[in-house]
Amino acid sequence: MTHVLNITTRFFAFLMMLACATALSAQDRLRIELDNPRVEPVPLAIPSFVAENGAAQEYAAQIAQVVAADLVGTGLFRQVSQDAFISNITSFDAPVQYPDWRAINVEGLISGAVNVADDGRVSVKFRVYDIASGAELGSGLQLGGTTASWRRLAHKVADTVYSRITGEGPYFDSRVVYVSETGPKDNRRKRLAIMDYDGANLQFLTDSSSIVLAPRFSPTGDRVLYTSYETGQPQVYLLDVGSVQRRALHDESGAMTFAPRFGPNGSTVVYSASSGGNTDIFTVDLRTGARARLTSAPSIETAPGFSPDGTQIVFESDRSGSPQLYVMSATGGEARRISFGNGRYGTPVWSPRGDLIAFTKQNDGRFHIGVMRTDGSDERLLTVSFLDEGPTWSPNGRVIMFMRETSGADGQAALYSVDISGRNLRRVNTQGAGSDPAWSPLLP
Amino acid sequence: MMKMKKVAALLLVAGALSACSNADRFGNGDGPGAGGPGAGGIVPGSANDPRSAAYFQQTIGDRVLFPVDQSTLTDEARTVLAGQAQWLLQNTEYTARIEGHADEQGTREYNLALGARRANAVSEYLVSQGVSAARVNQVSYGKERPLEICSAESCYAQNRRSVTVVGGGIPTS
Repeated sequence: MTHVLNITTRFFAFLMMLACATALSAQDRLRIELDNPRVEPVPLAIPSFVAENGAAQEYAAQIAQVVAADLVGTGLFRQVSQDAFISNITSFDAPVQYPDWRAINVEGLISGAVNVADDGRVSVKFRVYDIASGAELGSGLQLGGTTASWRRLAHKVADTVYSRITGEGPYFDSRVVYVSETGPKDNRRKRLAIMDYDGANLQFLTDSSSIVLAPRFSPTGDRVLYTSYETGQPQVYLLDVGSVQRRALHDESGAMTFAPRFGPNGSTVVYSASSGGNTDIFTVDLRTGARARLTSAPSIETAPGFSPDGTQIVFESDRSGSPQLYVMSATGGEARRISFGNGRYGTPVWSPRGDLIAFTKQNDGRFHIGVMRTDGSDERLLTVSFLDEGPTWSPNGRVIMFMRETSGADGQAALYSVDISGRNLRRVNTQGAGSDPAWSPLLP
Repeated sequence: MMKMKKVAALLLVAGALSACSNADRFGNGDGPGAGGPGAGGIVPGSANDPRSAAYFQQTIGDRVLFPVDQSTLTDEARTVLAGQAQWLLQNTEYTARIEGHADEQGTREYNLALGARRANAVSEYLVSQGVSAARVNQVSYGKERPLEICSAESCYAQNRRSVTVVGGGIPTS
């Protein structure tokens, strides 16, 4: 029984050597199948973590709160109020009184403890208990980091719990880059912003002196492609998140370039370029600067994006007379149409799991976010509103974030998320209005 | 209402700018504005100076509208653009920046491409009328810069536009 979390210079994780940690029932009842979820959220008890020393006091309660917010935010769980607790967790190693938790209908219990060392390093250890089975779910785990990164530690705890209960990949320890908006629709100011997926740790990456559009993360999350009007023309830029240094990717021709996305290798960028009124799809290799034209039709070809294996590109084209989705080889050539429903399709994005393509659809004056299989079958619309646009995938391919804008002169853009089941539509925390979200991969 | 306010503001700005930049020429009496056909009371650079950008914007007409998801020029648009071409042929010191716009129906990426088509259609028409291609450049704003901000067809129609912005014109001779 081993659980391995990514070990980096900033984080360490190891299994606690606990005598009791091995016996796991084959019939854990604390399980959620995301393809067939229970109707009612699963009740969890997440007591304040135990502070093991004075310096840990301020983190112990906050870490438990972030863990709870992550899990409850999935819509799969609810938190049982601390007021209802019969027994409490005052010592991390004290035996759990299962009957006390069963009595208040708790199905899962997360207990944790926090220690802050003299050098400022934070250690968080936690255990997940399946109350009905009367056993631990997985082994106890300890994570470490700096006090500045305590929220990431909390997200990693929640990610571990989520993965153990659902069997799915984690996604809470991730970030979102988006366009922060202020001002009225006819004089909107836009700037790039980056934040944790839950809205914490907001940082602006550009000022609002030029229009900026549609930022996209690199496969490692350390760089961002976006479109800016700083030369007066829409053109693609590459920004390093750590240093906030940026450079233009456009060539000397001065053509309008936009809609960039990274390929999975992190060096190929696919984008649209428009000249003479015609928009086509191109790639550029960031290492060599070599460019390639992938389409050369008189129609509009835009919004390209790679499949996770890098072999195919899905894009939007109006070659049939209205915007529809097409898939072609990553080197160009023949494209096959995959969208055939009523309406207009745009902004296709391949799921990181490779199984689905998310898209924006307009039909009958309404906008939808939807998903379909990569061959175009099984189309499902997840949302409907005046204007829903620009889906982006959670790192585990289970949740989609997008922009929703309200109508009229006072219309504002906001970020929303929804499960691929269509459940759990909720607004994402941002300071003020926001559009064009892009979800990072899981942080290293 | 909103639009009227904007036009009024533009007129004020245009007047203020010309008052500053042209005071000297206006005073010494041998500037082109004073020597031109409308010497009686015409403020050079103002909307009643036929060689000014303000005149181009308001009297010639700086914008044309497009049907939904179209970039083909209507007869009405051709009439306006013929006037623009004629003005540009007479006022060769100006360059023209053609801004293509789309309404808020449509995705950001598609509308950028659609705005580019519209700007190009206008640009090609002006060139076909004899305006040097070197004086004309294009940009698409997609749906980033709506003129009207209600969410109804009457507003959308105003936002599906191209705007010809003349610049670089320093009418010195």
